[in-house]
Amino acid sequence: MPETHLQAQSDRELTFAQAIREALAEEMRRDPTVFILGEDVAEAGTPFKVLSGLLEEFGKERVLDTPISEAGFTGLAVGAAMTGMRPVVDIMFGDFVTLTMDQMVNQAAKVHYMSGGRWKVPMVMRTTMGATRRSAAQHSQSLHAWFCHIPGLKVVLPSTPYDAKGLLKAAIRDENPVVFFEDKMMYKLKGPVPAGDYTVPLGVADIKRVGEDITLIATSSMVQVALSAAALLEESGISAEVVDPRTMWPLDEQTLIESAKKTSRVIVLDEGYERYGVTAELASVIATGAFYDLDAPVKRMGAMHVPIPFSPPLEDVTVPTERTVFEAARALCGR
Amino acid sequence: MSTEMTTAAQLSEISEKTDLLLRMYRQMVAIRQFEAQVNELYTRALMPGLAHLYIGEEAVAVGVCEALEQTDYITSTHRGHGHCLAKGASPDRMFAELLGKKAGYCKGKGGSMHIADPATGNLGANAIVCGSAGIATGAAFSARALGNGRVAVCFFGEGALGQGVLYEEMNLAQLFKLPVIYVCENNLYTEYTHYSETTAGDILARATAFGLEAASVDGQDVRAVYGVAQRLVDRGRRGDGPAFMLCNTYRYHGHHVGDINREYYRSKQEEQIWKTERDPIVNLKKWLVEQKVSDAAALDRLQADLEAEMKKAVEFAVAAPYPAVDEVGEDVYA
Repeated sequence: MPETHLQAQSDRELTFAQAIREALAEEMRRDPTVFILGEDVAEAGTPFKVLSGLLEEFGKERVLDTPISEAGFTGLAVGAAMTGMRPVVDIMFGDFVTLTMDQMVNQAAKVHYMSGGRWKVPMVMRTTMGATRRSAAQHSQSLHAWFCHIPGLKVVLPSTPYDAKGLLKAAIRDENPVVFFEDKMMYKLKGPVPAGDYTVPLGVADIKRVGEDITLIATSSMVQVALSAAALLEESGISAEVVDPRTMWPLDEQTLIESAKKTSRVIVLDEGYERYGVTAELASVIATGAFYDLDAPVKRMGAMHVPIPFSPPLEDVTVPTERTVFEAARALCGR
Repeated sequence: MSTEMTTAAQLSEISEKTDLLLRMYRQMVAIRQFEAQVNELYTRALMPGLAHLYIGEEAVAVGVCEALEQTDYITSTHRGHGHCLAKGASPDRMFAELLGKKAGYCKGKGGSMHIADPATGNLGANAIVCGSAGIATGAAFSARALGNGRVAVCFFGEGALGQGVLYEEMNLAQLFKLPVIYVCENNLYTEYTHYSETTAGDILARATAFGLEAASVDGQDVRAVYGVAQRLVDRGRRGDGPAFMLCNTYRYHGHHVGDINREYYRSKQEEQIWKTERDPIVNLKKWLVEQKVSDAAALDRLQADLEAEMKKAVEFAVAAPYPAVDEVGEDVYA
């Protein structure tokens, strides 16, 4: 994909999971107050093996297995963050964030404001998202929009190994509670990742592919879907630009609006539920900021408004695919 | 694993410390005078929002906080004015916060239910019942990880016994051997419902099930509270792990200031018995005079001085300016 505008320039390739692990290891070496806690994070290194090897290097005082008590250990992390530590909480499946909501929404998000800025909560919650793993309704949701709704939280959705490493390091160094969503279907995705220290600032979108006729604004794994759809569109003579906001909040509205003004047609893609979700917010940003430059209504594509079903043919139609995006884009361009 | 109360030897040792006893007396009276002013402000419609008075429970906050260092941590509740004062907060900035003024501890953004103050180790009052159990446990985690010798105290009412997260935190605290003390203030009423209607089984057994050191104490006797707290704080600081302290106490006023007609959930006679026979301030005063640690005239003067101090603090808060409207968007992110 020579036209892809990847920032990463490196001969070294890592998987998405390896990039996450490298970010954690580098930050833990740099700062002794960084520690990890969650279910099966130590010897097991999580069911996805994302954390393999960290226990061996950093010991069980900094890589802590917890009971299955998501509210309990997330609450502990809030208090530890307020008093000098930098916890990285691991919530194994994004569906389990529902169990942490009081700790994140009523505690972590509000401590700084309620205290008039006197306490802060520099913590990261890492969790997963994404369907099509045949895991059914309670292990497949993408619930990032819940956190985007809450002032005081930052929300990060990396789409490449390069971004995953740089964004996670920035999230750990941030002074606020940051929720970091990893699409579990991308852990094996490979991409260039430079060795050593770099960060990707929160609040800066990235143009993953330059195009002229239509903008595909996509998050997380939908960036990969958008890039595949763009390759198909190219064959049909349609030049698609793929823009990745990378962080839902803070949100780089300007880059999104500029791309929309340039191409005049926009599809917003996100794996969360379409209704009242991220696609609605981003479409509103475009409609407000680029209204007079649009040649078509902004199109939204997200998860269907159903619990994610188990049966493969049913599950596959609940989320956007390169084919559905390709067809929607062609229709929007009148071809 | 559990002890019922402060031992006689401990009590006699505490009784020798006249400075401590007078300080605790002063603190309890200060809290009561503070709350009397809150009641006044509220009933005169000068205070927005809600006011949950701590009157009747003063010995718990004072006895526990006297066993702490300034650098130790506390978390508090919606009924938190007593905890904040006992940990060292200034009445003038507290009143300012209660009135939503810029000079308040939280620049007016928190109010009565969210006073927080890093200078006195106050991690914040919390308006979610049991909302701070995680925060206190996490502060104890930091203390252990950073090796700074601090302990954390989590104050909560018996209503919090109904929240599952409390048991998650006690389990974690025991697994990680954290220096945290869970202080349950059983004032008998979970808002408008007697705790016996909401609490099955034995309260202390809930803590001992996780292996926590657990003790119950007469929460109307500040010397006894201090004795138990000191023992549990010391063992936490030594690295012996978390503890649970059940303080049996009573809320003289309603759940909040507007809760006036209470006969449907408790009798006036019951209230009268607690106020006349078990008042922590009256009883300590009587003891101090009997033991000739002080005399009634001096203690009355102290009360008058504190009342005057609180009135001055209220005047400061009433006169203090509100925050500028454009501050509404500040402090959302650090």
